[in-house]
Amino acid sequence: MPLFSKKNYSTVKVRKRDIPDGLWLKCPGCQEIIFKQELDENASVCPKCGHHFQMSRADRIKLLIEDGTFQEWDGDLYSVDTLGFTGTASYTSKLEENRRKTGYHDAISIGRGRMAHHDIGFGVMDFTFLGASMGSVVGEKVTRLIEKSTKARLPVILICASGGARMYEGMFSLMQMAKTSGALARHAEAGLAYIPVLTHPTTAGVMASFATLGDLIVAEPAALIGFAGPRVIKETTQQDLPEGFQRSEFLLKHGLLDMVVPRKQLKQTLVLVLDYLLDKQTAIKAG
Amino acid sequence: MPPYTLPFEKPVLELENKLRELANFSESQKIDVSNEIDRMKKRILDTRRKIYSELTPWQKVQVARHPLRPYTNDYIQRLTKDWIEIHGDRNYRDDRAIIGGFATIDDERVLLIGTQKGRDTKSNLECNFGCAYPEGYRKALRLMKLAAKFRLPIVVLVDTPGAYPGIESEERHIAEAIAVNLREMFTFPVPIIVTIIGEGGSGGALGIGVGDRVLVLEHAYYSVISPEGCAAILWKDRAYADRAAEALKLTSNDLIAMGFADEIIPEPLGGAHGDPETMAETLKTVILRNLKEVKMLSDEQRLQARYNKFRAMGRFAEGGPPAKGAARRAPPLPAAPTPIMAGDTLADQQPPARE
Repeated sequence: MPLFSKKNYSTVKVRKRDIPDGLWLKCPGCQEIIFKQELDENASVCPKCGHHFQMSRADRIKLLIEDGTFQEWDGDLYSVDTLGFTGTASYTSKLEENRRKTGYHDAISIGRGRMAHHDIGFGVMDFTFLGASMGSVVGEKVTRLIEKSTKARLPVILICASGGARMYEGMFSLMQMAKTSGALARHAEAGLAYIPVLTHPTTAGVMASFATLGDLIVAEPAALIGFAGPRVIKETTQQDLPEGFQRSEFLLKHGLLDMVVPRKQLKQTLVLVLDYLLDKQTAIKAG
Repeated sequence: MPPYTLPFEKPVLELENKLRELANFSESQKIDVSNEIDRMKKRILDTRRKIYSELTPWQKVQVARHPLRPYTNDYIQRLTKDWIEIHGDRNYRDDRAIIGGFATIDDERVLLIGTQKGRDTKSNLECNFGCAYPEGYRKALRLMKLAAKFRLPIVVLVDTPGAYPGIESEERHIAEAIAVNLREMFTFPVPIIVTIIGEGGSGGALGIGVGDRVLVLEHAYYSVISPEGCAAILWKDRAYADRAAEALKLTSNDLIAMGFADEIIPEPLGGAHGDPETMAETLKTVILRNLKEVKMLSDEQRLQARYNKFRAMGRFAEGGPPAKGAARRAPPLPAAPTPIMAGDTLADQQPPARE
């Protein structure tokens, strides 16, 4: 065998297209290349196939709340590593990394603001921060949102997303389910409206507490929504999952959701629903 | 059911085998070895005591899952009389993983509900290994509403690996069933005494676990996720379950220290399965004492106290980043009361791919 034999493969030089990062995106829905600006102007919905991209908190607030009316509540809550949790990485380092990455302190922002002519308590969860997992801060902020809204007699709209429990906080994470649900019991007793909006993905502990306790439950199209993750279910049951399993449309068909609303119709739908639900005295006149 | 020995109980098993040999020897050879036998019995006791006083969190999880551990039904038989079981959620079916009914404990008439595990294949198929479907939680809710209407205190026994993660569970909305229970359990004015008797498996346990008192058996555990599940996610290997069990702080002592449980109910030496009679007696005494205390409150006081109890659960820092190195190295964070904060980018992190 010759020492310098001819390679039995050849290298093809791929000419990388000279596109600045982040200007164009490939849509996971239709595989088309879309212009980022076009996406931004379209509420982060693919103009070609209607795929709903993830949306930042700031954009969520902009989408639903009138400019300049959002007042943030309790923005200075920080997660702490109570258990001294060290898996493959410590919780402290994970938190630090996510704070740096997102610029936020934790996975949710809450406050009050005006949506058209309705004064509302409003919260938005952020999947980019540790998968919007629910730890003490998320639970506490959801609870404060509901409690303060109960006191101020406000309806609550909460944009939900979550990958599940924040394991690093152990039982503190689990108990947020009870805490938030308890606050919702009082909000409901006060006769106030609560509408969670489920976005991709909303699962586990958040689903088994405040995400499913709405007077109405609204979801964005094609969002993954469920208690256990599809992989866990497949492993546990060894069954093939039905088509469209745990997607918004599947859950609408199976009776959990009241409606699946495309993002661009979300605001007008929510406003109209609140018009129906709210006592005329509590609604604030426009302007 | 044949005897079952946990790996760390082996030294006891060996001593017991020796004891048996000794007894046989004494009998066949007609030699009196009663002194040795007594000594051996004491050694067995000492060994068992030592093992059980030094259990690691992972070993405790194994005790909590011991196949001979008393289950809800065993306690119903031992500590109640005039038991009348009630069936079904009036909607879909009677889930056998959560059982419930009227029971009398000494002089107290209560409504008792609990998750039920099976001891053999047949009973395990019937009650789905203690993993309830949505209808189980809805049945529990129906029964609790009944108790609230007729002013019966509610006694809950929890022993479940978790709610059942299956296709039908999702189709009938297990998450919603649990969530509604959580909310409604804050509204029932009658006393609710919850005891974790074995496994407190996450949302499946909490779904019937909101109470005025939460008691826990000495070797029971209560966790947001199973140690194996946690290990699979954080260590990418289920074999790290022992380390996960430690990290999750799921033992009865941890639960008391962090305020998730109010009282530890001591187990007989060698665990509840070693002496179910004594266990049932202790459990009864502690439940009745707690019930008596909770009954002294008015309805409003009780509901407020229950709310406050769970309201206080959570640890976080407020007003500034948590102390020490962690925060100091972090970049400046956005000021607190800004209406709209610096946005994160779309491309930063996408949720799991849609199929």
